[in-house]
Amino acid sequence: MFMFLLKRLGFGLLVLFLLSLFVFLLFFVAPGDPARAIAGDKATEELLAQIRDTLGLNQPLYQQYLDFASRLLHGDLGFSYRSQQPVTELIFDRLPVTMSLVGGAMVLWLLIGIPVGVASARKPGSLRDRIGQSFAMTGISFPTFVLGMILLYTLYSLPAKAGFLLFPPSGYIELAQSPVQWAWHLVLPWITLALVTAAVYARLTRAQMLEVLGEDYIRTARAKGVREQSVIYKHAFRSAMTPLVTQLGIDIGVMLGGVIVIEQVFGLAGVGSLAVQAVQTQDRPVIIGVVLLGGLFVAVANILVDIAYTRLDARVRTA
Amino acid sequence: MSAHTLTPAAATAAPEVKQRSSLRMTVDYLLKDRASLIAASFLVLLVLFALAAPLLAGITGHPANDQFRETGLTPAGVPVGPGTEFWLGADQLGRDVLVRLAYGARVSLIVGVVASLAAASIGIMVGMVAGYFGGKVDTVLSRCIDLVMSVPFLLAALALVSVLGASLPLSVGVIVFFSWTSLARVIRGQVIALRQREFVEAARSLGAGHWGIIFRDILPNLAAPIIIYATLMIPSSIVFEATLSFLGMGIVPPDASWGGMLAEASGNSIYLTAWWLVLFPGLALLFTTLAFNVLGDGLRDALDPRTRRKAK
Repeated sequence: MFMFLLKRLGFGLLVLFLLSLFVFLLFFVAPGDPARAIAGDKATEELLAQIRDTLGLNQPLYQQYLDFASRLLHGDLGFSYRSQQPVTELIFDRLPVTMSLVGGAMVLWLLIGIPVGVASARKPGSLRDRIGQSFAMTGISFPTFVLGMILLYTLYSLPAKAGFLLFPPSGYIELAQSPVQWAWHLVLPWITLALVTAAVYARLTRAQMLEVLGEDYIRTARAKGVREQSVIYKHAFRSAMTPLVTQLGIDIGVMLGGVIVIEQVFGLAGVGSLAVQAVQTQDRPVIIGVVLLGGLFVAVANILVDIAYTRLDARVRTA
Repeated sequence: MSAHTLTPAAATAAPEVKQRSSLRMTVDYLLKDRASLIAASFLVLLVLFALAAPLLAGITGHPANDQFRETGLTPAGVPVGPGTEFWLGADQLGRDVLVRLAYGARVSLIVGVVASLAAASIGIMVGMVAGYFGGKVDTVLSRCIDLVMSVPFLLAALALVSVLGASLPLSVGVIVFFSWTSLARVIRGQVIALRQREFVEAARSLGAGHWGIIFRDILPNLAAPIIIYATLMIPSSIVFEATLSFLGMGIVPPDASWGGMLAEASGNSIYLTAWWLVLFPGLALLFTTLAFNVLGDGLRDALDPRTRRKAK
C-alpha cells in the first residue's frame, strides 16, 4: 500500500517534470524575444542586452532550464512581463475566486447528479428514468459557455429590462466582505458549471447503481428485510461510489482549465481569466505559472483519488 | 449450411428463415429508435446546411464576411433582429447571422470529423499495440496515455496557441493530441480479452504474423467500440473547437465559426440586447452535440446487445 502510493507520487512528479520541460521548451525555443516583450518595441540594444543578462537568456539552454527548475522548486515562478509582479502573487490573488466557483459548483453538482442517477437506477425504464436520462444527455451536450450565456440572458437581462435585478451580471465579492453578496454573485456561475457537470455524475451513478443492484448481496440484504432506503444508500451506493470518486478527482484536477470559459462569460477575475489575459498579452511567465499550477492540481487530485480508493475499496488496500 | 441439407418438402414447410447481416440488423434497430432517427436526420440536414452556405450567401445577397452597416445596423449602431432582410438577424458589424452560421457549420463539422478520425486512428493503433504485445510495450504506452490524460488540456492548448498563433490546423492538432487517450484505453482492454481467444490462437498456429493477426483478426472484432467511441468523440471535438474559438484561440476572425460568433456576442455583452446572436449559434452548437451524442448512444444499443435497456 505504501509502495503503491509512493509509485503514484513518483508518477505525479514525473508528469510535473515533463510539463515543466514542455512549457520551458515551448516558450524559450519559440520565436519571439522575451527581452523585447518586457522592454517594449522602443527599447535600446543596451537595455535589451541588460535584460537578457538578468534573465540568464545568454546561458546555454540546459543551464537555463536548470535555473528555471531550481527556482520552480523554491516556489518562484518569476515575474510577469506586464505588471512586473511576482507570478505566484498574481495567481494567489485570483485563486480564491476560482476556488469559490469550483467549490460551490461541486457541492451543487453532487447534490443534483447523484440523486438523479440513483432515482433513475431504482426504476430503469420508468418515466422518472427517462426524464433523468434526458437531463443527463442534454447536460452532457451543453457547451458550458452557451448555457452560461443563456442563463445570463434569461435570469439577468430579461428581469433587468423589466425593472428588477434577480442576479448580478458579473463580478466577485469576497466571502469575508459579505457572505450573502458572495453567494449571490456566484449563483449563476455555480448553476452553469453544476448543471453541465451533474449530467456526467447522473449517468455514472445510474450505470454503477444498475450494476451493483443486480448483485447477490443486495438480494440477500433485501431478503433479510433491510429497509429499501438502507439497501440503496448503505449497501449499494457505497460500492458504486468508487468510480464517482475517480471522476470527482479528475474533474477537480482539470477544473482549473475547465473554469476558464465560465470566468470569461461571467466576468470573474479568477485564475482562468488570468491565463486568457496572459495569452492575449504574451505574458509568458504567467502562462507558464498557470499551466504548471494546473498540472499540480491534476497530480495532487490523482494522488488523493488513490488514497480515497484505498479507504473505499478493500481490494486495492490489500493489493 | 442447414438449409442445404433439408429436403425440399421440409424447406417449404418450415417458416422461412431470413438471414440478416449485422449491418442490416444495426440499421433496423436504429430505424426503430426514434431518438437516433431524429438525431441522424438532424445531422443530414446540418450537412446540407453547411454545403448550402455559398448558396445561402447568394440567395440573401450577403457574403459571410461582408458588413452591411446600412441595412444590418440601426442608425444607433444596434444590429437588426430577424426579419425579411436578415432571416436570423445581423451581428454587431452588420453581417448576416444565417450565412455565417452555415459557414460556421462547415468549420464545426470538418474539425469534428477530421479531428475525431485522426484521434480515433491513433487511439486504435496505440490501444491495439499495447493490448496485443503486453509487457513492457504495454507499460510504456499505458504510461503515455496516463501522461497525456494528466495534462490540463485547455491550459496546455492555450499555451501552444499563444506561442504558435491561432489557426485551424493547430486547433485540429491540439484536439487530436488530447482526444485519442480514452479510445486507446478502451481498445487496449478489448484486445487483452481478444488475444486469448481461440481464433487468434488458430491464426497464430497457421503461421500468421503479429501484424497480420492485429489487422486481419483482431481489428474487425473492434468495429463496435470504434464506431461508438468515434461517434461520441465528434461532439467533444466540436465543443473543444468552439471553446478555443470562443477564447479567441481557434478560427481566426473574420472567418465564421460558432464559437467565434458566440465570443463576439459575449465580448461586449451585446447579446444581452441582441438575443439572436447567442440563441442561434448556441442552439446550433447544442443540437449538433446532442445529435451526435444521441446517435452514439443509439449505436451503442444497436451494436452491443448487452447494454440494451441497461446501463447507458
